[in-house]
Amino acid sequence: MSELPTQTYRVTRADLVRYAGASGDFNPIHWSDRVAAEVGLPGVIAHGMLTMALAGRAVSVWAGRVDAITEFGVRFARPVVVPDDAVGAEISVAGMVKGIVDGGLTRIDLTVTCCGERVLAQARAFVRLPGDTGAGA
Amino acid sequence: MPLDQSFVGRSLPPATPYQVGREKVREFAAAIGAVDAAHHDLDAARAAGHRDVVAPPTFPIVISGAALAGLYADPAFGLDFSRVVHGEQRFEHRRPIVAGDEIVCVNTVEEITSRGGNEFLSTRSDLATTAGEPVATVFAKLVVRGEG
Repeated sequence: MSELPTQTYRVTRADLVRYAGASGDFNPIHWSDRVAAEVGLPGVIAHGMLTMALAGRAVSVWAGRVDAITEFGVRFARPVVVPDDAVGAEISVAGMVKGIVDGGLTRIDLTVTCCGERVLAQARAFVRLPGDTGAGA
Repeated sequence: MPLDQSFVGRSLPPATPYQVGREKVREFAAAIGAVDAAHHDLDAARAAGHRDVVAPPTFPIVISGAALAGLYADPAFGLDFSRVVHGEQRFEHRRPIVAGDEIVCVNTVEEITSRGGNEFLSTRSDLATTAGEPVATVFAKLVVRGEG
């Protein structure tokens, strides 16, 4: 087992708007304080899929390849509240290499936090690293 | 109103094939801050052995999300989207998606369960090229919070 260098990402309201447009997820809880309050949220929250995408980015950086991930799963544990200011929210992605599984894939377990609390649970990626001899591209 | 259980096990007919555009790949990569040249630069992607710019690993959500929108909006299904929370998400990749791919997405309602006043909806989306090459499978679990 070895620890991977923690990656940190800052998410502002502008990032949420950009992700909404790029992904097609225009749910107003990701941009409207009014709607977020109406459904009982503490504020506008980041798309869970944006948080997951940032975690995936960290894995790609660690692996050194954009196509390293063959399997990637998470449970959304807590919402990431993004205040309407210049600072936004900071998401940290830590990783631990758990070893090589059947098929030559490397398993990486992720700890994804915001404000010291886990926002993703059971976050795990399987990656194919250069030098692995498994079949497939 | 509970979700209609008769949807379980049903595979929904594929929507129009999704055309993976080069600018969409770049836009999605930029939106998540992924700066690797293989997402943005054709020459860099080709030098890394890809046919075109490479989509990030969570990009299939764009395709499955668009394909699932019809199910979510179907009044017969009975989903109140204002009460939906994203529970879990998982991707299995056969190969990276690249610009130029034409993807057919088939959605299946795998399971609907009820616990503690909440409902849990599991879906599976199988993504393949129009030529029939499997590309990725997307698994999602949504939580529909109970009223009151």
